[in-house]
Amino acid sequence: MRAALLKLKPSLRTYAEKKSLYGFLYVVPWLLGFLFFFLAPLLTSLRYSFSTVTANSDGVTASFAGFKNFKEALTVNTSFNRVLTESIIDIVVNVPLIVIFSLFLAVLLNQKFIGRTAARAIFFLPVILASGIILSLESTSLVQAINDANAGATTFNALQSFELENMMLEAGMSESIVNYLTSAVNRIYQVVSQSGVQILIFLAGIQTISPQLYEASKMEGATGYEAFWKITFPMVSPLILVNVVYTIVDSVSVNAMTDLIRDTGFKSFNFGLSSAMAWIYFVVVALILAISSYVISKRVFYYE
Amino acid sequence: MRARAMRLISLELWKKWLWSLVRLVLIIGLSFVIVYPILQKISTAIKDKVDLYSPIVIWIPQHFTLDNFRQAIDIMDYWAALRNTFGLSAMTTILTALSCALAGYGFARLKFKGSNLLFVGVVLTILVPPTTILIPVYLNLKDFTLMGLIPLLTGGKSVNLLNTYWPFILTSLTANSLKAGLYIFIFRQFFRGIPKEVEEAAYIDGAGIGKTFTRIMLPNAIPAMLTVTLFSFVWQWNDSFFTTTYLTTAKVMSIQLSSLPYNLSFFLSDGVNSKADPFYMSMVQDTGILLAILPLILMYIFVQRYFVEGIERTGIVG
Repeated sequence: MRAALLKLKPSLRTYAEKKSLYGFLYVVPWLLGFLFFFLAPLLTSLRYSFSTVTANSDGVTASFAGFKNFKEALTVNTSFNRVLTESIIDIVVNVPLIVIFSLFLAVLLNQKFIGRTAARAIFFLPVILASGIILSLESTSLVQAINDANAGATTFNALQSFELENMMLEAGMSESIVNYLTSAVNRIYQVVSQSGVQILIFLAGIQTISPQLYEASKMEGATGYEAFWKITFPMVSPLILVNVVYTIVDSVSVNAMTDLIRDTGFKSFNFGLSSAMAWIYFVVVALILAISSYVISKRVFYYE
Repeated sequence: MRARAMRLISLELWKKWLWSLVRLVLIIGLSFVIVYPILQKISTAIKDKVDLYSPIVIWIPQHFTLDNFRQAIDIMDYWAALRNTFGLSAMTTILTALSCALAGYGFARLKFKGSNLLFVGVVLTILVPPTTILIPVYLNLKDFTLMGLIPLLTGGKSVNLLNTYWPFILTSLTANSLKAGLYIFIFRQFFRGIPKEVEEAAYIDGAGIGKTFTRIMLPNAIPAMLTVTLFSFVWQWNDSFFTTTYLTTAKVMSIQLSSLPYNLSFFLSDGVNSKADPFYMSMVQDTGILLAILPLILMYIFVQRYFVEGIERTGIVG
């Protein structure tokens, strides 16, 4: 096929022309899939969200119904609003935590210490374990709950963050910040298990910073703390944007909201309502992404 | 003067020691948080039923047993599920990696009119939550016509692709499977990082564009390839979102795992409204999870060395 194409007009094609032809050829498989499995379904889903969809033995028929589905999702459906706000709050609370935590850990794992390889291996373990079905089953484990109770772990945990809370409140910090921090401590497993890929990306970014910068700053008498804020942080700031986007995308792909959308579609067979929910969800997520990337990209430092 | 210098040095030394200590505590603590559930599952899996209620047993069981494993293997039909899952994951991984590498190279180096616009499409596939397109994709696969081509061949009947591996094959062949947009992005960034001179040298030496890609670029892209295959394999293995939509009866690990509680209650007392001990059921479920992730952990132990290296050189960063 390729040879035939080339033999057709061997002398008429310049290198650049050939390149663009091959470029198109290489992208064609993806393009086909994009049209069939992404764009067409996306438009169909948009059409469904504005129609009453009935599925019977002949197939699917959709009749235009205006904003009925959207109205139903926002005003009639009992759980949609609650689940939507809960997932949004979850995203807004978790994303900064995950990004800051993973940057901190990446800096930590980049330093030289005994057992670094082992520590790295353990910290990337969540990439493998905390995804899909395992994560959702893990949260319902009864044995774990009873074991925790037996070991007195829960009381110990509660006590710990309670003490911490009091200490910080007495130190004069504002209550909302204290609550945020203590809730972060209590959800440490969730945060750790969602930051595997982010740690990897930050770690890779830190390792591309040239060591001369650190040497020079050390000569000038900068402390490690200063070196972090004046060198490491600006140099990895483009990656903060990458990681924020990744974290948001990662946390919206499977959560309570997607479960609700799927159940509406496949358990109660209300395809129209389900599509409307999915589109409201998508628009909200797109807004969050747009706002956060706009805010961050204004502060990002590019080396070139 | 000298004494002061000495004191300064020792202060520095102290600070260094203190930081090492803090670091050690932090890393050990957080490692423990990560490893804790796995340890707990192991400890639960080898426990006997009696030990569950014994107040003196927390980690190390008094009555050691492998019954839970036998039970879970039986109910999950573990070996069949393992074979199927491995086959499915390996197949989608290989196809996805190849198609994404092609697309990534096309987007990175072989610019054509509108290629930037198409790349916006790639970014869009990353950003749109899969739930949004789930129902149309499902209905489309249920009555698969390929733009009206298949009815022509079979005489007016569409093909039902659900409950076959075809949805996975088709989507991964066309670089649109689970998180494929991310893989295309990784490949594109990687290929952009390879100097243009390499390509030009190959061209001058008489290699066509196809040959340059297969002989020069792909062998150079091993780190990116490794990252993508690992991610794709693991995420396919654990995925329950697409797997439970496309396949409903096949014995694949994530389906077996999600239906394990139901099957278990059925098995233990012949009925959904069983009075089987919930703690015991949870115990077997934990064992099932452990069995499902065991192959992944084994694989991870072998490849984790290349993992960081791979990401480092994929150039997501630069």
